Amino acid sequence: MANSPFIIQEHQFARIKVILARLCVECAARAVFLIDRDGQPIAFHGEIGEIDTTSFASLAAGNVAATSSMAKLIGEDTFPAVVHEGERDSIYISVIGRSLLVVVFDERSTLGLVKIRTKRASHEVAAMLEEATRDSAAISASQNSFFSEITDEDIDSLFS
Amino acid sequence: MTFINYASREINCKIVYYGPGLCGKTTNLQYIYDSTAPQAKGKLISLATETDRTLFFDFMPLELGTVRGFKTRFHLYTVPGQVYYDASRKLILKGVDGVVFVADSQEERMDANIESLYNLEENLESQGYDLAKIPYVLQFNKRDLPNVSPMEELQAELVRRDEPIFEAVATNGTGVFDTLKAVAKQVLTELRKG
Repeated sequence: MANSPFIIQEHQFARIKVILARLCVECAARAVFLIDRDGQPIAFHGEIGEIDTTSFASLAAGNVAATSSMAKLIGEDTFPAVVHEGERDSIYISVIGRSLLVVVFDERSTLGLVKIRTKRASHEVAAMLEEATRDSAAISASQNSFFSEITDEDIDSLFS
Repeated sequence: MTFINYASREINCKIVYYGPGLCGKTTNLQYIYDSTAPQAKGKLISLATETDRTLFFDFMPLELGTVRGFKTRFHLYTVPGQVYYDASRKLILKGVDGVVFVADSQEERMDANIESLYNLEENLESQGYDLAKIPYVLQFNKRDLPNVSPMEELQAELVRRDEPIFEAVATNGTGVFDTLKAVAKQVLTELRKG
């Protein structure tokens, strides 16, 4: 494979959840998501309700992938943020390296507030993800002892 | 790229179904979706044109079960097959863990298969992957049709390595799960290797 697995450890996940919870309050947002650029949901917080988080993550990643390619076609390096404004609910997506910080907000908040608050949180998330990326390589090497324990029987049992 | 979350004890992997237009990629996903228990799957998202041709991608999450206490979730994607959607195909290959190439067995589609497979190799390369090394399965679909090429001919043109090969009729499910199992197994085996 081109890349080794991306691993989020428990303490890192807990810290990410804290950042998202705070951002959600500070933005007066409905919900906040952290999503991998490949479309995997990493963490979320807020009024999730009926939102299908897996589909949401995949579509957000597809959305950013498409707009980033459009940016290149017009000579921009990338669009660091993408906004979708609806009648009641809106979405603000901030691109942080290989991840996306997505804020879903309604009339209780404003785009300006969301932008400002998200910018600060982005730095914290970026540092957190950088740490996770660094650790992933080391874990892949050592903790692979855990995955190396997976037997053919374990894999076959998934398909029985 | 496989994403492992130790907090929620989940392993997430991405599998992409590739192939020429109208070869049956979406039909593969649709069959998997229709045949899977509701608790094991999420929604099937289809970004399609008004005539049901895939515009950007189809997507469905599928939970296979638990390995060593970790839930294994496969995110299944298809790409748009038509030649002029190449930019979209490249995007969807980002972060891929395993690829299924769905070939259309009909004689008149041989050139389209070859072109699409070549396009897959190129697009994988541009993302830093090598078709010779990535988990990969080849499916010969539409084996029920009268005008299909013989298997030997298809293999001579489309086999690239020691990939598992399956004959399929995606409309009735023949070979669909065998294909999925083969690629999922390779992805997990790859994870074990590290």
